[in-house]
Amino acid sequence: MMTVLKGRVWKFGDDVDTDVIIPAKYLRSVDKTVWPKHVLEGLDPEFSSKIKQGDIIVGGKNFGCGSSREQAALAIKWAGAVAVVAESFARIFFRNAINNGLPLIAAEGISEAVKEGDVIEIDLDTGDVKTAKGTLKSAPLPPFLQEILKSGGLVEYYKAHKKQSGR
Amino acid sequence: MGSTAVEKIISSALGRNVSEGEFVEAPVDFAYFHDGTGPLIIDALKEMGVDPIKDKEKVGIVFDHSVPPYNDQGATLQAKVRKFARAQGIPRFHDLGDGICHQVIPEKGYVTPGQIVFGADSHTCTLGSFGLFSTGVGATDLAYILATGKTWMKVPETLMVDCKGVLDDRVSSKDLILEIVRVIGTDGATYKALEFAGEAVRAMSQASRMTMSNMAVEMGAKTGFIEADAKTAVFLNRSDGKKFKTDHAVPKIEVDAGRLEPQVACPGSVANVKPISEVEGVHIDQAFLGSCTNGRYEDLYEAARLLRHKKVHRDTRMIVIPASKETYIDAQRDGLLDIFLEAGAIIGVTGCGPCLGVHMGVIGENEACISTSNRNFIGRMGARSSSVYLASPQAVAASAIEGKITDPRRVA
Repeated sequence: MMTVLKGRVWKFGDDVDTDVIIPAKYLRSVDKTVWPKHVLEGLDPEFSSKIKQGDIIVGGKNFGCGSSREQAALAIKWAGAVAVVAESFARIFFRNAINNGLPLIAAEGISEAVKEGDVIEIDLDTGDVKTAKGTLKSAPLPPFLQEILKSGGLVEYYKAHKKQSGR
Repeated sequence: MGSTAVEKIISSALGRNVSEGEFVEAPVDFAYFHDGTGPLIIDALKEMGVDPIKDKEKVGIVFDHSVPPYNDQGATLQAKVRKFARAQGIPRFHDLGDGICHQVIPEKGYVTPGQIVFGADSHTCTLGSFGLFSTGVGATDLAYILATGKTWMKVPETLMVDCKGVLDDRVSSKDLILEIVRVIGTDGATYKALEFAGEAVRAMSQASRMTMSNMAVEMGAKTGFIEADAKTAVFLNRSDGKKFKTDHAVPKIEVDAGRLEPQVACPGSVANVKPISEVEGVHIDQAFLGSCTNGRYEDLYEAARLLRHKKVHRDTRMIVIPASKETYIDAQRDGLLDIFLEAGAIIGVTGCGPCLGVHMGVIGENEACISTSNRNFIGRMGARSSSVYLASPQAVAASAIEGKITDPRRVA
């Protein structure tokens, strides 16, 4: 995976919960392509038609709070977003995103630094986020989480390690 | 040097001393999931090439999210999980109608104090009320646990909540936890372990403690730990396990339970909590009594006390859903269900009900529901324009009678 990501920003506020990211009524579906079609519908019913491959979602504090539904991370990823940058993340969403190879960057000040439509650049190795208003520093992920992310997610990570250890 | 109860649980499991902030790979004593998260777990296991799972004795599956299934796709997904449970020979498999996972797992005594428990549901933190470490994860994390018996985690710091005094009659642990959410906020405990302690917590029943720990995640916390005692053993019907105590100075907040009036979390955010006196009179279309937060026997009992010989208001519908089959049987035996039915309420099948907006009892456009559940996000229980007020079983019963939000202390 590329360690520098550049994309156009879609901006949301604080406490974006998993129910607004993907309402539960779409979860009981055997067709997984349904989820990205309803991404963030709870906040913007038209959002799935606006977001394009390569875009970046920006949130305020506590992004992804609420339920453990992994479909929230998947809906965002499959809708085309290459990363989510927020002031802070709720912990289950954080794990789910990394486990599915969706990079998350907790960068304090991001809400102030960007507006919708801005193009920002993220360096996953250093945690730097370049915005029109300057570079925000954030703590990069611990090495083993970066490894999961770079494997493409926890399933791929498991498979790679199983092969290595001959388990 | 002292440490926190949660540090001690993890240290005991690893056989070495750990402290907050450390990343560890922890062995998992018990893991469980439901019909909502099950299908993605099974997909992940298949992709990982895991068959059989590591230890089928350490796994529970409980169907609770759509009971019985309301559409063909839901039925198909449940059939997939059922087939998996049979193929793996998982003994602790609870099919439709046994109850909500967070209720059934401790009711059956599958867990014990001192353990590390993971569940593929955010409200797995409920089990922290049994003196153990429990937390919720997503499907892929749970699949990894089924494959390997362990998972990575950061040892959390502990934030102690000291609950002074004793709750008044008609004020419940739900009111207390709503007050705590108001104080801490929706992200004030992110990545932390909350520990609920103090006179009020010691005095309350195990069921009331579960209500407290259930809502730890609404403050971002990993778990809601409460020290185990004799009541814990009675609920679990087992007295083994290891009891751990925090004997280290940790950040602490104090809440005065003795002076608390009933509380209501107003629509949009669980932290949007107001004393009920400020929201009394708001019209409600539906009253929901149930969920992993407040669907236990004592919740039904407290609501029935108020509804006895009374009627649900003609402009309001009331839905009552016992949290488990055991609760259902006990409530039926003691006549509680008769009281609800005679009052005009509807009794639903045990499970999550309308809490997450997918099953029977969802609310329509611009409708308002007062609910004993744990979330009131936009559109959580149905239409995007609908609203959810979170409150205690007593407040829900009182409001159902009046057709508007009502202080339960007002009901004769």
